[in-house]
Amino acid sequence: MIQQKSYRNTFILLSIVLIAIWFLNITLGSIHIPFEDVFTAVFNGEVSKDSWRTIIQDYRIPKAITAVLVGSGLSISGLLMQTLFRNPLAGPFVLGISSGASLGVALLILGSSLIGGISAIAFSSFGMAIAASLGAFLVLSAVLIAANKVRNTMSILIIGLMFGSLTSAIISVLAYFSSAEQLQQFIFWGFGSLGNLSWNELLIFTIIFLIGISLLAFIIKPLNSMLLGENYAKSLGINIKQTRNLVLIITSILTGVITAFSGPIAFVGLAVPHLTKLLFNTSNHKVLLPAVTITGAILMLIADIISQLPTIEYTLPINAITSLFGAPIVIWLLVRKRKIFI
Amino acid sequence: MEKDSRNIVLKTNALEIGYTSKKSIKTITKDINITLEKGAFICLLGQNGIGKSTLLRTLTKVQPQINGDVFINDENLNSISQNELSKKISLVLTERLPESNLTVLEIIALGRQPYTNWIGKLTEVDIEKIESAITSTNIEHLKHLKHYELSDGQLQKVLITRALAQNTDIIILDEPTAHLDVQHTMETFQLLKNLAEIHYKTILISTHEINLAIETSDTLLLMTEKGLFTGKPLDLIENGDIKKLFTSNTIEFNNSKKRFVLKN
Repeated sequence: MIQQKSYRNTFILLSIVLIAIWFLNITLGSIHIPFEDVFTAVFNGEVSKDSWRTIIQDYRIPKAITAVLVGSGLSISGLLMQTLFRNPLAGPFVLGISSGASLGVALLILGSSLIGGISAIAFSSFGMAIAASLGAFLVLSAVLIAANKVRNTMSILIIGLMFGSLTSAIISVLAYFSSAEQLQQFIFWGFGSLGNLSWNELLIFTIIFLIGISLLAFIIKPLNSMLLGENYAKSLGINIKQTRNLVLIITSILTGVITAFSGPIAFVGLAVPHLTKLLFNTSNHKVLLPAVTITGAILMLIADIISQLPTIEYTLPINAITSLFGAPIVIWLLVRKRKIFI
Repeated sequence: MEKDSRNIVLKTNALEIGYTSKKSIKTITKDINITLEKGAFICLLGQNGIGKSTLLRTLTKVQPQINGDVFINDENLNSISQNELSKKISLVLTERLPESNLTVLEIIALGRQPYTNWIGKLTEVDIEKIESAITSTNIEHLKHLKHYELSDGQLQKVLITRALAQNTDIIILDEPTAHLDVQHTMETFQLLKNLAEIHYKTILISTHEINLAIETSDTLLLMTEKGLFTGKPLDLIENGDIKKLFTSNTIEFNNSKKRFVLKN
């Protein structure tokens, strides 16, 4: 018999940690609410104060769900990119998708002075979400068109990077001509935020997210053979072009929707796959995909807890927290293990 | 050995190989007529850059031919889907595997992908094929190592095992001994020869090991500037075709030693 190493215990442990952290996340916040009340509010029972119920149900729970979606979505995207490009440096940012979303928002916020008059609608979070999605989709389409003309996967990586530079440059030009107020607004969006979503927005977020995730079913098997390189994968009957397009589509759906609703959140997509691979010591996507989903969610929930520690009055930008605490951990792990894999 | 058409697994008909682009067609070799039989060990010889890889790539549908036909078990290559082809031909390439955390067992198990379901679940049949492939190449002791822990010689055996597990009639190897020392090179030739004889596989390799090829192969394919010559090694030596491999003035083929030697 072939002994496939069993990861069941690790998965059970991680799931318990995830649930515990999720409850911890909604328990902690600038306003102190006792755990019993948090618990009953989650299951819609009796809560001592009405305001507490509102805080838990309309603010903290949507935020915690957003954190889970953002963390897992970005981690899955990162894993897919790293396998597709057989490059441990790849992540959702390299394809220029996040930059595309940023460009959409930049055009909206910074460019509105050129058009004028529409600012009231434009600055609603929905307006920004649509602008970000459009921007992400636009850049993705360009990358996809280029990808189908170029056979070499490394070239696609570089094309993605070029699109990223291009959009950053446009944003710089826009920023140069913008007012301080507009700039501030754009920079605040760039900090990333998990907490601005209403239940309706969260519903849309979740639906799009699930569409992206369900497409994964088509590529679990091809992804494993891609680990041998494209030529071997092809000799195993894998349709490379279709797999590549699916990976790009899934990544852009996930990254696009996440950036649209939560801003460009860096680092998670690159780091979580590596953390997970070090933890599980495997390259098998049947294990890695569910694993990064859970670890990504845990990491994001922890980052969110840190960003709004109970005693601090301010909420720190989530984007800074992920890198500030995540980067040293990854460096430490790599120095210890000395080897990095796709 | 008489030629029985039922035994022919791969056949080309006036095959012309090369590269096509929008502007031009660059032919590398034309009028390639070869027949590969079941259970034969075939070595493809030729100078660097003569087009050995192009021929192998064309035979495995990695790149399209310019003219002519390739038949696998009497079926035209162009009408065989990629997935069907993966049950007929398996490959061992010269390119290095990307660094990953895959174990030897996982690499070999990937050879079963053409047969597994959407998530790649291994059935009992799959596991049996994997185990028997491992036994054939004698690498039980490597099973649980990670692929980056293997030497070049060991990795080559693992990749050959993976091809065996794919359970195809034809196995094509592109310069399988390029990174190996003398001992591992000879062992690889012996292993491939055995696989052809015992497992009745058709094994086609491209190689620069002319002496070993003459010694061990059932059929030689000589790719030369004057076209492709094919036959049993001794016949090719006798009729002098083997001399066409190299056009250099500094080396010649010595018939009694059955090898190329420096001219005095």
